[in-house]
Amino acid sequence: MKYTILVNEGPYQHQAADTALQFIRAALAKGHEIFRVFFYHDGVNNGSRLSVPPKDDRLIQKAWSELAEQHGIDLVICIAAAQRRGLMDADEAKRQNLDANNIAPGFRISGLGQLIEGAIQSDRTIVFGD
Amino acid sequence: MDMTTKTFMYVNRKAPYGTVYALETLEVVLIAAAFEQDVSLAFIDDGVYQIAKGQDTKGIGMKNFSATFKALGDYDITKLYVERESLAERGLTEDDLMPITYEDADDDWAEKPSVQVISRAELAVIMSEQDVTLSF
Repeated sequence: MKYTILVNEGPYQHQAADTALQFIRAALAKGHEIFRVFFYHDGVNNGSRLSVPPKDDRLIQKAWSELAEQHGIDLVICIAAAQRRGLMDADEAKRQNLDANNIAPGFRISGLGQLIEGAIQSDRTIVFGD
Repeated sequence: MDMTTKTFMYVNRKAPYGTVYALETLEVVLIAAAFEQDVSLAFIDDGVYQIAKGQDTKGIGMKNFSATFKALGDYDITKLYVERESLAERGLTEDDLMPITYEDADDDWAEKPSVQVISRAELAVIMSEQDVTLSF
């Protein structure tokens, strides 16, 4: 089955991102396809590469990047939600005349239409949030 | 892109202010309208406050976006289901909700109410019929 995943909560603050990662790994192991993961609300913070959790904790942002690298999963961060929360890729930082960017490898920033298109294209859309 | 039409329900569960969920969910709904899907909104739990009458945010420095709900008809979003039990649990009735209407293109542009107050059991049936349910 083909899935689109919506992640609505930030890493560490809320378990939604961990649960989404576990669901995706389990779905892939069973041979399902993940069409897209869309990050919205504070979920966009899953795409920051500047997170430094304590050494004995899990690395959530890195887990997403590894998932994208190993399985070619499309990780899309909502641009409007990202702009509010200070998450930038190099192009967007340049466009906004800002001196830094912080997007993690494997993520891309795009519009809300990517969520709707994902839901149209997929057999199931699953929301991980509060 | 494959322009299959699916039924989409956006489930609004949170109060309009205090968190950004309601405002950002409305942004999803407005973008989604461009995809010409069969869209409905459900208001349950504290989500019923999103379409309450007389919202005034001057004192809290937040944008009052409640008027946007009245424009949904212009985006062909005409099915706003409000759960009766959620209203009752909060001491609200249908009279406490904003009048939200649309002009029916199939009925000589007659102005009709978009808000339908229905029971939890009725909403459960409608929800079960959706292709996509996005809960916020």
